[in-house]
Amino acid sequence: MDILITGILLGATYSLIAMGLTLQYGVARIMNLANGEMLVAGAFGAFWVFTAQQASPFAAALVVVPGAFALNWLIYRYLLRPLVRRAKNRGMLEVDSILATFGMSFVLVGIMLMVFGGGYFTYSYLAEPFEILGSPFALNRVVACLVAVAISGLLYWGLNGTRTGMALRALAVDPAAAGLVAIDVPRMSAFSFALGGAVTAAGGIVLSTFLTMDASIGVVFTMKALIIVIMGGVGDVRGAIVAAVILGLAETAVASLIDPGLTLAAAYLLFVLVLLLRPEGLFGRRQS
Amino acid sequence: MSRAEIRSLTLAAAAFALLAFLPFLKDSGYLLSVSVSIAMYTVLATSWALFSGPTHYISLATAAFYGLGAYVVAAGIGAISYPLLLALAGTAGAVLALAVGVTTLRLTGVYFVIFTLGLAELIRQVVTWVQNNLTGSRGMYVFTEITERIIYWELLGLAALVYLVGWLVARSRLGFALHIIGNDELVAAHVGINSAAAKLILFVISGVFAAVVGAVMAPRYTYIEPSIVYSPELSFQVVIMALLGGAHRLWGPLVGVIPFALLWELIAARFPTQTVLLLGVAFLLIVYLIPHGVVGRIEFALERLRWGTRRG
Amino acid sequence: MAERTVLDVQSVVKRFGGLLAVDQLSFAVRQNEVLGLIGPNGSGKTTVLNLISGVFKPTTGDIYLDDRLISDRPARHIARAGVGRTFQLVRILPSLTVLENVMAGAVFGHKRLWGREARKYAERQLERVGMAHAMGMATAALTYIDEKRVELARALASDPRVLLLDEWLAGLNPTELQTGIALIRSLREEGRSIVLVEHVMDAIRSLCDRCVVMSGGVKIAEGAPAETLADREVIRAYLGDEDA
Ligand SMILES: Nc1ncnc2c1ncn2[C@@H]1O[C@H](COP(=O)(O)OP(=O)(O)OP(=O)(O)O)[C@@H](O)[C@H]1O
Ligand SMILES: [Mg+2]
Repeated sequence: MDILITGILLGATYSLIAMGLTLQYGVARIMNLANGEMLVAGAFGAFWVFTAQQASPFAAALVVVPGAFALNWLIYRYLLRPLVRRAKNRGMLEVDSILATFGMSFVLVGIMLMVFGGGYFTYSYLAEPFEILGSPFALNRVVACLVAVAISGLLYWGLNGTRTGMALRALAVDPAAAGLVAIDVPRMSAFSFALGGAVTAAGGIVLSTFLTMDASIGVVFTMKALIIVIMGGVGDVRGAIVAAVILGLAETAVASLIDPGLTLAAAYLLFVLVLLLRPEGLFGRRQS
Repeated sequence: MSRAEIRSLTLAAAAFALLAFLPFLKDSGYLLSVSVSIAMYTVLATSWALFSGPTHYISLATAAFYGLGAYVVAAGIGAISYPLLLALAGTAGAVLALAVGVTTLRLTGVYFVIFTLGLAELIRQVVTWVQNNLTGSRGMYVFTEITERIIYWELLGLAALVYLVGWLVARSRLGFALHIIGNDELVAAHVGINSAAAKLILFVISGVFAAVVGAVMAPRYTYIEPSIVYSPELSFQVVIMALLGGAHRLWGPLVGVIPFALLWELIAARFPTQTVLLLGVAFLLIVYLIPHGVVGRIEFALERLRWGTRRG
Repeated sequence: MAERTVLDVQSVVKRFGGLLAVDQLSFAVRQNEVLGLIGPNGSGKTTVLNLISGVFKPTTGDIYLDDRLISDRPARHIARAGVGRTFQLVRILPSLTVLENVMAGAVFGHKRLWGREARKYAERQLERVGMAHAMGMATAALTYIDEKRVELARALASDPRVLLLDEWLAGLNPTELQTGIALIRSLREEGRSIVLVEHVMDAIRSLCDRCVVMSGGVKIAEGAPAETLADREVIRAYLGDEDA
């Protein structure tokens, strides 16, 4: 029971980072391997606000989220757009964007190492027990989960209830057709990429309230986000949420029953199962 | 075999023979250690490009295979003869490559990249866990009689082998099939090519080479620990070198390995804390400025020259 | 008409999500026969070729080649069994030379030629489509029409029993069209079966032994070209209701 609740709490936060990547890969068609670094950068922001400014880590969002949005917009506009234009087909774009975002992830890790050093960073925020159904859970995890759910809800409404959201969804289905119905594809792609980055950074803030991080841990989160996105089906928000919860549960189960050092192995096992059994995603339609 | 082929084969053989005498030079200590790392990267980058060059699947699993090979040696040294250990390491590499390939190579390139991205980290976690829980130690000692000289010769032999394999593949149906797959996988299927099998064979070849290189290098560490041999940095360096030189030609990676390996020695010594940043910058420079590698640049220039003279 | 059936398409259905692209389609192609597969844009012709050559599997229904079920086999097996094709949007292999493009067909199909043999065989296919002069050329230098010829040579290099041509004659000028028609006719005379997807009516009249007319994924007529093209329903499908 404890595993179930902890797993769901964790999964809810994971769904946030998966949404960030969905916006970037599903809509803007950029497989962003620097996604995890954006998350770590957000976490650093929260850490700094909490320790140096003595403020709530969530206050960091005021700076981090717009900052991440702007940074990602610039990255898309000046680094990725040329690749989109240069690519002759989707395969080429995929290879180029993977290599380029890889380079960026290393640059970001390098910068963070320079600024913050190589040590672990962690802070104690709301580290008090909170009772759910008679068992104690860390309050910070519960708050993190609630914040994540709130942001996800907002995004979900944005995607399904607004004109911009509709344009983004059209883009996710078919960029060429979206262009035909007067959607400004380059602008919406940039917007989607930037929004994805902002959401990911927000996810970083949320995760930092209860996880220990270091400058080079980003790649682990990139992996997790990718596994969730693939498991849920690329571009499928509902699938991503379910997949995130499954991953959260699997990790929590492995961590508490076997060894916390094996969480990635748990994620991988899930990944392999998905690739072998349902490569089109949990709810995906099997193409021929 | 055509006359030109015989000539380049003879030249290559002569070059290898010459290189084999390097350890006999006076005061060759530093030179030898640099040569070992160049030879190592040459084998790794060339075998990487054998698979990734034609298929455009970017494998980030070199470190996983390398670490696997090193661990096979570390675990078996003393109990099993060294040549047998090398063979075992190669077999282990093949098995791992098969497992990864069967899972991912049917799918698009992204899934493959992601899978290989985390593979070294995954194996590192598992090995660490096994060591902590079953053997109660954090690492293993590798005590052997094997000197750097021998390692160098072994690597040189492997380099010769990798070139031979690459040359044979390029002349074979398999090489032709890969070339077609890299151009258009749908057409490949429509002329009767089994793409998944062709890719798998090449991935296994490159995995075997990386594992054997790890096994060969193991005695150089004396103490082996997961975080050392499963370092993801190795995978990225290999990718950078191969791309820098040009992954579409057999000798392309070599063109990238030599300058990069030398430069990297310098950088690692001068800016030990900024290696990650610089690695990233190198990646970006290659993607944006020389997307087809140095060799691609040269070929392009030659092509233009030829057209120019023909017209003029 | 005692020729035996080579390709048999049986009640094939193909759905793309909610779209029914091919609906309960059946037809057969005999040896030595050119079957015209015609219909307005978007009626599902290319999809039918994709189903035969194995790009997609039918949602339901079966396709047989010489009584062997091929519709649940992957494309490479279908190709090796003797089905060759060209694509509506030409798919040339850009980084191979013209000759290598054609050799691709001879090396992996049931021919499995290699080395000099494969080269010579490919050269003869190029001669046949009138591209002998371009053998060593890079594909970047080809015109669209020449690309189509090379693609046909590649299909021929696998010595197919059934050849699927997707609007291969589209875009040819009148002289080229006559050469093209003669070429296809000569392929039939060698005993091959040809499925010809085409909008060029002259070609259909002079080449096809029979026609299958599709509209909205359904077969609306089948028979000799002259009769089917005069069919009221066919005219309505092509021209819209008010003209019928
Ligand atoms: N891969 C696919 N995914 C989804 N829909 C598809 C796919 N391929 C074809 N369709 C749809 O199936 C229908 C039939 O298309 P098809 O290309 O077979 O028509 P066609 O008869 O060849 O037309 P044309 O004469 O324009 O070539 C169209 O509505 C098309 O949009
Ligand atoms: Mg069509």
